Amino acid sequence: MSDSAGKTLTVAAVLCGVCSVLVAGAVVVLKPKQMYNADIDFKKNVLLAAGLYQPGIDVNEVFTQVQPVVVNLETGEVVEDINPETFNQAKAEKEPENVITLDKKEDAAGIKKISKLQKVYLVKKDGTVDQIVLHVYGKGLWSTMKGFLSLDKDAVTVRGFNYYAHGETPGLGGEVDNPNWIAQWPGKKVYTEDMKPAIDVIKGKVDPGMRNAEYKIDGLSGATLTANGVENTFQFWMSENGYGKFLANMRDGGIQ
Amino acid sequence: MKTKELLFDPVIKNNPIGLQVLGICSALAVTAQLKQVAIMSVAVMLVTGVSSMMVALIRNTIPSSIRIIVQMTVAASAVIIADQALKAYFYDTSKQMSVYIGLIITNCIVMGRMEGFAMKNKPWASFIDGLGNGLGYAAMLFAVGIVRELFGSGKLFGISVMSLTTEGGWYQSNGLLLLPPSAFFIIGCVIWLIRTFRPEQIEKE
Repeated sequence: MSDSAGKTLTVAAVLCGVCSVLVAGAVVVLKPKQMYNADIDFKKNVLLAAGLYQPGIDVNEVFTQVQPVVVNLETGEVVEDINPETFNQAKAEKEPENVITLDKKEDAAGIKKISKLQKVYLVKKDGTVDQIVLHVYGKGLWSTMKGFLSLDKDAVTVRGFNYYAHGETPGLGGEVDNPNWIAQWPGKKVYTEDMKPAIDVIKGKVDPGMRNAEYKIDGLSGATLTANGVENTFQFWMSENGYGKFLANMRDGGIQ
Repeated sequence: MKTKELLFDPVIKNNPIGLQVLGICSALAVTAQLKQVAIMSVAVMLVTGVSSMMVALIRNTIPSSIRIIVQMTVAASAVIIADQALKAYFYDTSKQMSVYIGLIITNCIVMGRMEGFAMKNKPWASFIDGLGNGLGYAAMLFAVGIVRELFGSGKLFGISVMSLTTEGGWYQSNGLLLLPPSAFFIIGCVIWLIRTFRPEQIEKE
């Protein structure tokens, strides 16, 4: 073992140099593939909500049916002069002119701030809008639960819904990933007849014969707080402070 | 030591988790699914093997005052490269495993082999020793993983073997097995089993 100060410094410097080159090299070389994977994963989740995803499909090819648009939540209008392809949602969330701070009464989902610009995915069929896929998220028990909600063109009926990211307890709140729970969503309605946010996660299983069954969602055994999180998320995003204005616009035929 | 001994002794005779009692923490986190066990095992085997080999290559030039930090730097670089490769080639699983691949650097097995073997042995022997200890770690993780995934969620490698009641089947899953502490209980049972057949592993009073 050699111990002179000079030798120590040299060894340390050379080691750091070599390791840095190797690590930086690996990161740079692998980055394109990683970004491609993240992009495909994102598109897959949008398609999943719209019921268009099957394992093994060419995600990019199927995604050509989807037209992204950037929506201003405050006006409910599509922002024409922003290119949706280059619009970066994560970046927009940080720009001060986009950030709306919610006060406690409005903030049902516990997310504190939102960006007034949101990317919405319109699924086209034969040239017209068939489904509207919205990004929704809200506080669960342990984590922020993020998902995609697909609404029919009537902007009331659910075509599909699932969470693509959450950190809830496996086996309890984590049952939001259970295919049976996910399968009950198509056909439910997010708004009542008088256009109030309607989704209600009940205790126990929904009996299709129940009154107002179309607004009710099966409860999650042992996961009351996660279930509340689900309900609150819908409460917020379907309201005027969320996608409410935009969806009203869609219904009036304001956007094609 | 012969290659065969270096490679296979750590599986039962000198298991890093079972006898040396190292690397337990990650055993709790990733053993709920066999797919994660497989990926974690390969990652640990390669990181331990390659780091040990690198350290053995430069063992005579490392000043003893910075010995530990040099080992950490080598291991950390290997872990980062492994993590990046996973994100590039096994994206879905790497998302599920989130921080645990990065935490391989905290796994005592990696540091333990570098300090305990690579500093005094040749590069190739160190590589095989690292691989062998990784293999021992993998064996223990697979044992725990099989119990946890099969009886906790009725599946093996994600394929349903016993249909769950929550999916319309007959098997009432054992919820405890889905939670991390169950891994501790299972490891305890495995150690008990090994020492019943290999009493020489029991520590003398």
